[in-house]
Amino acid sequence: MTEPVAMTLRGGRVVDPSSGLDRITDVHIEAGVIVGIGPAPDGFAPERSINAEGLIVCPGLVDLCARLRQPGQEHKATIASETRAAAASGVTTLCCPPDTLPPVDTPAVAQLIMQTAEERRLARVLPAGALTQGLDGTQITEMAALQRAGCPVMSNADRPIRNTRVQRRALEYAATYGLTIFLHPADSYLGEGGLVHEGLVSTRMGLPGIPQAAETVAVARDLALAEQTGARIHFRGLSTARATEMLAEARGRGVPVTADVAAHQLFLTEDDLIGFDANAHVVPPLRTAVDRAGLRAAVAQGVISAICSDHQPHEADAKLDPLPQTEPGISALETLLPLALQLVREGVLDLPAALACMTCHPADILGRAVGRLGVGATADITVFDPNETWVPSAQTLVSRGLNTPFIGTEMQGRVRYTLLAGRVVFRRGG
Amino acid sequence: MDDLDARPGPAPIGPRRRHDPQLDSQGNLKHFLTIDGLERPLLTEILDRAEGFLGVARQAVKKVPLCRGKIVANLFFENSTRTRTTFELAAKRLSADVLNLNISTSATAKGETLLDTLRNLEAMHVDMFVVRHAESGAAHFIAAHAAPHVSVINAGDGRHSHPTQGMLDMFTIRRHKGSIDGLVVAIVGDVLHSRVARSQISALRTLGAGEVRIIAPRTLVPAGAEDALGVRVYHDLREGVRDADVIIMLRLQRERMDGAFLPSEHEYFHLFGLTEKRLATAKPDAIVMHPGPINRGVEMDSQVADGERSVILEQVSNGLAVRMAVMSMCIGTQHLGAQQEAGHD
Repeated sequence: MTEPVAMTLRGGRVVDPSSGLDRITDVHIEAGVIVGIGPAPDGFAPERSINAEGLIVCPGLVDLCARLRQPGQEHKATIASETRAAAASGVTTLCCPPDTLPPVDTPAVAQLIMQTAEERRLARVLPAGALTQGLDGTQITEMAALQRAGCPVMSNADRPIRNTRVQRRALEYAATYGLTIFLHPADSYLGEGGLVHEGLVSTRMGLPGIPQAAETVAVARDLALAEQTGARIHFRGLSTARATEMLAEARGRGVPVTADVAAHQLFLTEDDLIGFDANAHVVPPLRTAVDRAGLRAAVAQGVISAICSDHQPHEADAKLDPLPQTEPGISALETLLPLALQLVREGVLDLPAALACMTCHPADILGRAVGRLGVGATADITVFDPNETWVPSAQTLVSRGLNTPFIGTEMQGRVRYTLLAGRVVFRRGG
Repeated sequence: MDDLDARPGPAPIGPRRRHDPQLDSQGNLKHFLTIDGLERPLLTEILDRAEGFLGVARQAVKKVPLCRGKIVANLFFENSTRTRTTFELAAKRLSADVLNLNISTSATAKGETLLDTLRNLEAMHVDMFVVRHAESGAAHFIAAHAAPHVSVINAGDGRHSHPTQGMLDMFTIRRHKGSIDGLVVAIVGDVLHSRVARSQISALRTLGAGEVRIIAPRTLVPAGAEDALGVRVYHDLREGVRDADVIIMLRLQRERMDGAFLPSEHEYFHLFGLTEKRLATAKPDAIVMHPGPINRGVEMDSQVADGERSVILEQVSNGLAVRMAVMSMCIGTQHLGAQQEAGHD
């Protein structure tokens, strides 16, 4: 791994969504920090120059949800393997949910994850702290201690708290310390036993459904609790158009709520399950084309302000069973950027807006000073070729998890360099 | 500043078209997993072939040599004496050797994975798996991972499909009505949880039924049934069976009371149970079917079950002929395939 040296990224299209910067210019880096954009500062003597002509230079991507599987599920993936995949995906900061084994309900587990990641120095890893002990939805965690240990947000991962009173107290307690709470909106009773969206495909295929109301009931409950408590909540991974309308309405009234969507939800639908493709088994489920259009519109309007990977790498065996017995989740880090660029090509967003959903917006949600290019900012930078095509396969994917329905589907857009605090942590080719 | 190059990108990312996994490269039946996607001539061929096998039962020697030397393994991950017995008998009448495996009580209970179980059986040179499994998609999964020479027949997977039951019902209807074309068929009961209903509906529509109706309280009608399945939904039994040529009653599982689908068997029978009186609006020559086993006094009363319109016991004997037809078609395909490959050598 190279140490940070003074370098110039020369002649790339530099896009910083937070400042509106979008022009072809140079970026100068010294001691891990951006020291100039445009003309070099006086006396700047780069030891290295990277030709970025024809490439896009943007802030390192910030992913609000990527599972690394460590501690506890190292047979699926490790912090080392998945931060390597993150670097190859242009992701420099990621938040991992607290559902490790043991869960992130004590500072020790949070510190273990962060230290292991720091030793690898491939990506900044910020574990979300557990909202309740053991994620069992009954007793709240020592959130102040978790916050001091470095957890930027609190979350119960995808295990909804059934008891509304516990949920209310957990939000209130987190709000005491100004913590944002990540909520996966899913009513556990309505979704119980469900596998796929309850609709035409579940009916034809005889697969137990998860109704739209499983999401909207939870969104309604949690919006009411956010209003009651004043807590800042973030909906992790919306899947229905109706929920985005409820979100827009609440935001219009000033409720402090944000939301993200997994990139694959903007492309796939329930139809991708026809043929029982276990790689399309994901939670929340892939829903209808109407939902997909609603999610895209919400992203375009800024109602959903972040796009994340919702990366869930699995070992091959996890998907080698009849579909209902397979584990849900998609290995998604490496398709995050190309899918977001596809939204630009399809006219959903312009390029700076698409990049904002993966840089400054999620950084703001995490409350961390990342996701920006500017003089004095830490040099977390992604350089990518927006036009290079590639096909996800066992040969091309870096992640341990090969469980993606995009295997064999041509992607356009590929990372060439990833810089973490001025060090090149990934380079492809040339 | 322009956005991304307007040069053509990859094709829009969406679902991929898949080859029907049930057919071999010549379009012959290789596996029988679901009726969905199969064309009318193939379904008709199954029915015609079953017609030929009906006579076998009446011969002094009840065997034909079509599958001699083949090994058929009944893989039952879910108990079902009735279905397993008819598959076993069908295989034996085709002169195949039969292995019966009750997996729910053996291998997987010891931690062996489904694929390990398959590999072990393949090593015994099994030619056909007849699979019953509690999860939708299990037969598709096994077909996708079985060795190329192995055929898979779905004997019921979760709520998804039970295609031989669907075809034996079509066979029974055809014997009574001459053809499926234009018939009005009412299916009564728990369609939501029924693999049998899904297969029946699919077969009826492919074979040209005039109208397929489902009759049930809303809790037992799957989401978007009219669009998803191409049926008309009724919540009133008398309305639903009006002018029907065929009435198919579905089995009601006791556990539906626990899942808040129904309040009681009593209320269900009161509103959706078939009685002679409620049959009055159906066509005078309407037939009544049930895949068995019947809960008398829940789905229908005994007067109907044992009455002259009931063809329930015929369904059982027809099941044998239809299963012989499907098994011989799948194994016959393998045989042809093997010959053609040999021809290329």
